[in-house]
Amino acid sequence: MYRLIGGIVILLALPALADESKLQLKDGAGKELITTYCAVCHSLDYIQINAPFLDRQAWEATINKMINIMGAPVKPEDVPPILDYLSKYYGKP
Amino acid sequence: MLDRRQFVQGTAAMLAACGSSWAPSLVQAQSIAAGAEGLPEGAVEAAILHALPGKRPLLKRTFRPPNYETPLDVFHQAFTPNDAFFVRYHLAVIPEVQAEQWQLTVGGEAVQQPLTLTLRDLKEGFQQVEVAAVCQCAGNRRGLFQPHVPGVQWGYGAMGNAVWRGVRLKEVLHKAGLKPEALEVVCDGADYGVITKTPDFIKSLPVWKALEDTTLIALEMNGAPLPHWNGYPARIVVPGWVGTYWVKQLTALNVSSKPFEGFWMKSAYRIPKGKFPMVDRFISQESDTNTPITEMVVNSLITNITNGQSVESGAAVEVKGIAWDAGYGIQRVAVSTDAGATWRDAALGTDLGRFSWRQWTYRFQAGPRGQQTLMAQATNRVGATQTMSLIGNPAGYHHNVVQQITLIVT
Repeated sequence: MYRLIGGIVILLALPALADESKLQLKDGAGKELITTYCAVCHSLDYIQINAPFLDRQAWEATINKMINIMGAPVKPEDVPPILDYLSKYYGKP
Repeated sequence: MLDRRQFVQGTAAMLAACGSSWAPSLVQAQSIAAGAEGLPEGAVEAAILHALPGKRPLLKRTFRPPNYETPLDVFHQAFTPNDAFFVRYHLAVIPEVQAEQWQLTVGGEAVQQPLTLTLRDLKEGFQQVEVAAVCQCAGNRRGLFQPHVPGVQWGYGAMGNAVWRGVRLKEVLHKAGLKPEALEVVCDGADYGVITKTPDFIKSLPVWKALEDTTLIALEMNGAPLPHWNGYPARIVVPGWVGTYWVKQLTALNVSSKPFEGFWMKSAYRIPKGKFPMVDRFISQESDTNTPITEMVVNSLITNITNGQSVESGAAVEVKGIAWDAGYGIQRVAVSTDAGATWRDAALGTDLGRFSWRQWTYRFQAGPRGQQTLMAQATNRVGATQTMSLIGNPAGYHHNVVQQITLIVT
């Protein structure tokens, strides 16, 4: 896939995307919100590798960083279920 | 900096020597396990050997942005092959730059005469120079931090050693002409985030560092054009300083009279003041409590033996490794085969330049049946040494704790 921006040809790394699509997060309430929001900018292995050592407060800080610094357009009402999911399935036991 | 002919001869001899050296298959098989020792459970599960286009299979930490680590067995070689060199990006859109269309703009309020340079301008208008240098991610070994800290959970392989060839950054800056008030050189690459609001990955260098003879705009590594994943067609090379400054797919240099305020300078890549030995300061970016990370700390890696490997009692064992620092030079590597009770010097290999890592070897006879713990500690020429315990810091940088590798003696 090529697209042209500012005179530079951009090749999206399709082979890696195909492998990335095999990544499966744990099933549970809130998972679809993670796929909707987080996977726009990064693969979901970012969540897997940072587990299970972040407590609820640390996951909350991470979500806030993604929204406030990285610009993730997460609706305020979607934050609690995302935090619940990450704490429950990828949080510090 | 090495004379090119001298360097090429040295490299050829070294590569030939490495090619015939001992390459235990055990190490190959244990690559993944070795990279995973001490990592968070989730990072172990997510790690697979996976090849990006043009690369051999590397240890995948994350797919997108791509973060891939070099497996341990590759570090037997003095120079890390381009297709095995680690990959580290913060932002997911990485334009595949076409050489004919690529341009470097040199501007900013603190230059006399803004410039636009093509690849041909860089190749034909400036002296081509080379430097052998280690490129290491600031967060290499972050995954080994206890307690763990968030970020890419790297094992030992977010680093590589290469011969970088290109032009001196200072010559390009002098062509544009620096005004007396020039303070920082702000480097931007072609990569960007999926969302417009994501801070672009832009790094600044203090002018004094940008003007050093060894700071380059590299077009090649190890005698070939840079691979796409390592910054084709041009990247900044700052020997001695951590990889964060080595901006890939370089597109713009802006010289500023004020400290650059971007997220990747003001908030990221910072270490607490006073906790680490540090000679090179980046004063215009310092705050009361923290400072940008600059130089690499002295470090070493045992490359041919992994934790839990078996050896027969009385057998001759050769430990191989590498040691590096920020360019002061490796003074000694001390090895202990009794968990730190006694230490002896390893034999240092050829000096390939002060910014290159240095290979070393140490031979000993395996002790009585049971366990035997190996350790290696490098010291540099300004007296800095690897630490015995972790120096904690929030972002997980500068891990240079002495390794402890347990051999099972049978």
